[in-house]
Amino acid sequence: MTTSLLLVEAISVQNWTYILVGLTFALYIGIAIWSRAGSTREFYVAGGGVSPLANGMATAADWMSAASFISMAGIISFAGYDGAVYLMGWTGGYVLLALLLAPYLRKFGKFTVPDFIGDRYYSNTARIVAVFCALIVSFTYVAGQMRGVGIVFSRFLEVDINTGVILGMLIVLFYAVLGGMKGITYTQVAQYCVLIFAFMVPAIFISIQMTGNPIPQLGFGSTLSDGSGTYLLDKLDGLSTELGFAEYTQGSKSMIDVFAITLALMVGTAGLPHVIVRFFTVKNVKDARKSAGLALLLIVILYTTAPAVSVFARTNLIETVSNKEYASVPEWFKKWEKTGLIVFDDKNKDGRIQYVANKDQNELTVDNDIMVLANPEIAKLPNWVIALVAAGGLAAALSTAAGLLLVISSSVSHDLIKKIINPKISEKGELVAARLSAVGAVCVAGYFGINPPGFVAAVVALAFGLAAASFFPAIILGIFYKRMNKEGAIAGMVVGIVAMLFYMMKYKLGWFDEVLPDKSEWWFGISPEGFGSVAMVLNFIVSITIMKFTPEPPKNVQAMVEKIRIPSGAGKATGH
Amino acid sequence: MTKQEKATAYWKENIKYLFILLTIWFLVSYGAGILFKDALDTIKIAGFKLGFWFAQQGSMYVFVILIFVYVRIMNKLDKKYGYDN
Repeated sequence: MTTSLLLVEAISVQNWTYILVGLTFALYIGIAIWSRAGSTREFYVAGGGVSPLANGMATAADWMSAASFISMAGIISFAGYDGAVYLMGWTGGYVLLALLLAPYLRKFGKFTVPDFIGDRYYSNTARIVAVFCALIVSFTYVAGQMRGVGIVFSRFLEVDINTGVILGMLIVLFYAVLGGMKGITYTQVAQYCVLIFAFMVPAIFISIQMTGNPIPQLGFGSTLSDGSGTYLLDKLDGLSTELGFAEYTQGSKSMIDVFAITLALMVGTAGLPHVIVRFFTVKNVKDARKSAGLALLLIVILYTTAPAVSVFARTNLIETVSNKEYASVPEWFKKWEKTGLIVFDDKNKDGRIQYVANKDQNELTVDNDIMVLANPEIAKLPNWVIALVAAGGLAAALSTAAGLLLVISSSVSHDLIKKIINPKISEKGELVAARLSAVGAVCVAGYFGINPPGFVAAVVALAFGLAAASFFPAIILGIFYKRMNKEGAIAGMVVGIVAMLFYMMKYKLGWFDEVLPDKSEWWFGISPEGFGSVAMVLNFIVSITIMKFTPEPPKNVQAMVEKIRIPSGAGKATGH
Repeated sequence: MTKQEKATAYWKENIKYLFILLTIWFLVSYGAGILFKDALDTIKIAGFKLGFWFAQQGSMYVFVILIFVYVRIMNKLDKKYGYDN
């Protein structure tokens, strides 16, 4: 017993990382071989018989990306109250998905989102517009994921970022191409287990250390365990204002912007093709509703823990570094300084770390990602916990990348080749096309991972705005408004996505002006991240106005709408 | 009831439930977490100011409950109209 404990203590972080990452990768590859896809139905929708719980877990892993796992808690810890836009935005969308979309799209019973748009609006133009929107949304999103895989590899295995990206590409390629949706679904189930375990273990340890409460969700509302009787949040509010930051529980964004960003993220979540398509994989409408509930429950476990981690980490950071001698900082500080994620610039040469809001006096720059990545070290947790965070981060990035790649490949092989270019293609031919487009998509994603264009990081957050501005209104009106016709829907989608792209290029990327326009020029004071909600409203208005002046949809389409509103008799999902 | 009437009645009831559930969805997130946050922050439960708690915790718990309530309501409704096969 004692010898084995000593052995566990002696294994370095590096070796633990090799062991845990190696084991989880072997597991994913094993699952991929076991669940090879033999038909297009298996490749696109995993055969359509996935249980609600398995689909819920797969959806949760699909949804929670490297951004949720690594960056979110860090972003919140610097944004305070304002971080709520991500928490509410990325979970509230599931209520819309469960109540307004998933059951009806499952009843409709085809393979992809452009399938629904094309059939409901009896038009290949609508289908092509939808494919175009799906590709823009998915590519902006997936490039960020591949980069995330590269970064996690490089930090924990000490290979360079490009080697990391290529390793990640090979793994995703293996199970996405071999198994299609079927392979992805069951690897995502395993990845959910890995990532949630990896996120919760350090959070629980730190919660006990700081407040004595093992439940992080309650811990960050408790008193400190130092016996002072002070509430943790009160202490952090005090520390923040002392250093000149906004009070932690107040935040600094305007109310209208918080409202707009939350709405854009919620609606965008409900409109993301890689999330919607997961609900095509269950047996019937009843299972679609149930698995949406389970997916959200599994997501909320991480999402309610993240703000607690943010509070613990921010308090720890301030206490450890603020106004301390640089010579006496702990080892983790020096280690992360090497990676450039912590930068200390002793402006007044007093040898102490001034961490304050005032930009001219502040000497410490901390990257958001540190909060989760370095948390176990800051809290002095054992080596295996530190390695676990690496395995969890990789699981989160790989599962999301795979889900997105499948949407891209099915958009090409199914929506473009089968439905538009060559409708006579055989099932076998389509399956080959699907696999080849998956290979192509991985290569493009990998290219962007290795050579990230400067605007990728800025644009990833806007993928939600794009989804909100394009798909969401078209799908909602398609289900809830029988009179909605192709003219209205197409015009709405085009105006919505163009408005969003324009606002993004002007106010986020600054492509139309010499310098990036100032906040004060934002329309209604709404940031580019929040503009998706304005573009969505615009889409609704344009759709309905154009519809009023154009003919109503054919009788058979109206009959189809009536049919998808009734839950019974949802057949197997088909491509025909 | 003809098949058509039955379908219409089912849809009407469905919309009514959607309306109620989405009103709650709006009130806990946009209401308690954003619009009325400052007022609710004057109330404190343990270390949490209430508005802050709704924004970073409470709204998410309610979201999960809402979906499971919806699942129950719809399963009952499907049975009532014989759409549960």
